[in-house]
Amino acid sequence: MKHETIEKNVGLLGVLIAIVISFGGLVEIIPLTLSRETTQPAPGIAPYPALQLEGRDIYLREGCYNCHSQMIRPLRGETERYGHYSLAGESVYDHPFQFGSKRTGPDLARVGGKYTDEWQRLHLVDPRDLVPESNMPGFPWLQTAKVDAGLTPAKMRALRKVGVPYTDAQIASASSEVQGKTEMEALIAYLQGLGTASQGWR
Amino acid sequence: MSPIVSAMIIAIVLLNTAAMVWLLLWMRKRRGEPQTAGDTTGHVWDGDLREYNNPLPRWWLWLFLISVAFALAYLLLYPGLGDRRGTLGWTQVKQWEEMQAAQERSARSILARFDGRDPAALAGDPAAVAIGRNLFANNCAACHGSDGRGATGFPNLTDGDWLWGGDPETIVTTVSQGRVGVMAPWIDVLGEKGVDDAAAYVLSLSGRKAPKGDVAAGQAQFNTYCTACHGPDGRGNTAVGAPNLTDGIWLHGGSAAKVRETIAHGRQNAMPAQEARLGDTRIRLLAAYVISLRGPTRVAALDSR
Repeated sequence: MKHETIEKNVGLLGVLIAIVISFGGLVEIIPLTLSRETTQPAPGIAPYPALQLEGRDIYLREGCYNCHSQMIRPLRGETERYGHYSLAGESVYDHPFQFGSKRTGPDLARVGGKYTDEWQRLHLVDPRDLVPESNMPGFPWLQTAKVDAGLTPAKMRALRKVGVPYTDAQIASASSEVQGKTEMEALIAYLQGLGTASQGWR
Repeated sequence: MSPIVSAMIIAIVLLNTAAMVWLLLWMRKRRGEPQTAGDTTGHVWDGDLREYNNPLPRWWLWLFLISVAFALAYLLLYPGLGDRRGTLGWTQVKQWEEMQAAQERSARSILARFDGRDPAALAGDPAAVAIGRNLFANNCAACHGSDGRGATGFPNLTDGDWLWGGDPETIVTTVSQGRVGVMAPWIDVLGEKGVDDAAAYVLSLSGRKAPKGDVAAGQAQFNTYCTACHGPDGRGNTAVGAPNLTDGIWLHGGSAAKVRETIAHGRQNAMPAQEARLGDTRIRLLAAYVISLRGPTRVAALDSR
């Protein structure tokens, strides 16, 4: 094939570029989908209970990941502040994962249990009540908004389709577990669970 | 990683590198051909756009070959070729562990002279207080405030009022072991009116008047139910973390409505234990900083005790 033919034919050029780039994917992406470290849960990691799962969806909805990462890198300064570095196996049930890419606020990968529930509630309503120099927005509406218990089982079934091992019993009791809970309670349950599974080995 | 995947990655990486070198040498061969600067590739775009076909500059060629050599040396020394470990045996985790160990050694050399010291004495040492201030900002400020003045529900550490006691060793114990403060709910025992009365009496202890409630009836309730923790005179008991009700300092809010809410529904509060995270010496430095928040006279008084 003549060089000129490729250069003067944009469609063909695009196809050939895609083929060349896909070798990069073959080397960098495919192995991750086959590796044990990235596909098997770390010790103690279990699918989120119903309330934490709802809390996680609120975390996504409010865009918490825009300012908070959940990925502690193996650097001394980070592990000193946030705890043991994150393992890929801790995020296997996160769809999508919440590594984040920017830290306006601190990393939250192991924030569970660091503060009391009441601290989390007051801080989410108005962060400046507790941390005057904070520039995090308040989320007061979470206190009154109720979790939609009717959707929880459907979310769990959807997650089961992508490999999260929810049992039928868990799905059956999901609605009653979150019935009447506020979004604030759900989000706090999620935050207080973050990183706690690793307490045994970290 | 399975051996097949690993072999695939190694093959793609090495073949790709070899192909690039081959491409380079293949292009280079043209140098030998009779060719002068200014020749074009022969392609013509838009009627008059042509492309020079000059040989590659030497410096560029060498830079390319050096990059290839660097890449191959890197892949030999460090992990990168499939699941090959690299001859240096470097891993990110090992590097982190070495950094940790080095930091621990350097921290030990700084902290060693503070081991087991009395926080009250450390509070007079500016170096100790400076370290304590940094530890406080990192570990305590989120609840107690960056200035140590706390917030509703989170004790002010600067006012000299202590729930569990303010002497240096008690502060060390509080930080190390944590505290759980519980006030029981009394609405079921006292009823609505009883709670109003008790609130009126509690407010009267600091010289205030409640909008409703009978102080005398409240005193009777208080003597029956509250003195076990708060003491007969309402001055509290640091052994159980019961606050002094006479000093006008209110952890959970001092408005009549808040005091009533506290009596009716109780309060639960917790200070998390820090010993596992920080260790004894750092906690003593923290205690020294907390003591220093009281100002020089109070620290001097502690020193001379």
